[in-house]
Amino acid sequence: MSIGHTLLGLLESGPRHGYDLKRAFDERFGHDRPLAYGQVYATMARLLKNGLVEVEGIEPGGGPERKRYAITEAGVTDVESWLAQAEKPEPYLQTTLYTKVVLALLTGRSAAELLDTQRAEHLRLMRELTRRKAGGDLADQLICDHALFHLEADLRWLELTAARLDELAAEVTA
Amino acid sequence: MNEATDTDLLVGTGVRKTYGHTAALDGANLRIRPGEVVAVMGPSGSGKSTLLHCLAGIVPVDGGQVRYRGRDLAAMSDAERSALRRTEFGFVFQFGRLVPELTCLENVAIPLRLAGTRRRAAEAEAAAWLDRLEVADVAGQRPGDISGGQGQRVAVARALVGGPRVIFADEPTGALDSLNGERVMRLLTDAARDTGAAVVLVTHEARVAAYSDREIVVRDGKTRDMANAS
Repeated sequence: MSIGHTLLGLLESGPRHGYDLKRAFDERFGHDRPLAYGQVYATMARLLKNGLVEVEGIEPGGGPERKRYAITEAGVTDVESWLAQAEKPEPYLQTTLYTKVVLALLTGRSAAELLDTQRAEHLRLMRELTRRKAGGDLADQLICDHALFHLEADLRWLELTAARLDELAAEVTA
Repeated sequence: MNEATDTDLLVGTGVRKTYGHTAALDGANLRIRPGEVVAVMGPSGSGKSTLLHCLAGIVPVDGGQVRYRGRDLAAMSDAERSALRRTEFGFVFQFGRLVPELTCLENVAIPLRLAGTRRRAAEAEAAAWLDRLEVADVAGQRPGDISGGQGQRVAVARALVGGPRVIFADEPTGALDSLNGERVMRLLTDAARDTGAAVVLVTHEARVAAYSDREIVVRDGKTRDMANAS
């Protein structure tokens, strides 16, 4: 995720202090990884240098957390073009899991067991996300759904591979 | 697989089932404890549904044993097994299998009526379950006039109304879109957990299995209990 663009987007609704920005980010997007304060101030310093934000005021006491940032016209344009740009789909062409399956087959180990273990681990995480979804608001549900659909895609690959292990074994050991 | 214990509700040991020359189950093992939700997963044709049918006493096993609360299903008479399915078990299938001529309320009241409950009391309880499953508004409608998602929730209400100890659910969301499927699963598992019923959930969908407490994988007629996997 582009932290810079996200913080800029959050500033569009009005000027905020650095600590305010961090709080808003964590609340909406930082479910698993809250932003470090240092990351916020480093990002704001970069945005300031690039003319995408400006310091609207500084409260007494000094320190970076006292600065109140506002987005500039250039910042608004930057957010707009970021939102309009499609994200590059992740092709996942080199996965660790695939490598492990092939190595298991090459070394005469049980690839089926490896896939079973992985399925159990994926399902463990999916259960956790499903529980979190049940207790969450709509934003929480959508974030969990996104993760769940990706995990489900992994599992579909896993089932397909499990069904074709003999074929794959013949190919990689030929 | 670990040894069966007194706390097990339903235990299948070395279950075998053959159709013609094909072994649908070839030594399947599993145990279900009271109140737990267990997903039975595996590819198409792996024997998942056959396992459910054997566990529920719908089809006889050709080898091995299925014990419910310590009693061997094969040692029961047909009448005893029917009574067991009517009073102790609840069923939800992929397509609700509701009686098309009856209203949804009457459908849900069927298990209670078969158990001898008077019509008024049975329908009052059925209405409460329809409400719980968020389909109180379709009580007076027939299954053909409601959506697939509503129909499945009516079917879940019917499965739960008699207070069963085990719910057998065979691809209960297979005919539904994601949103409706999730709703059915949430309502089914919440209600089962509240009433203490165990759920045997046959599914090939990981998102559905994620509502379970643990999963058992069936492949080529054999089971692997992932909770007890080494």
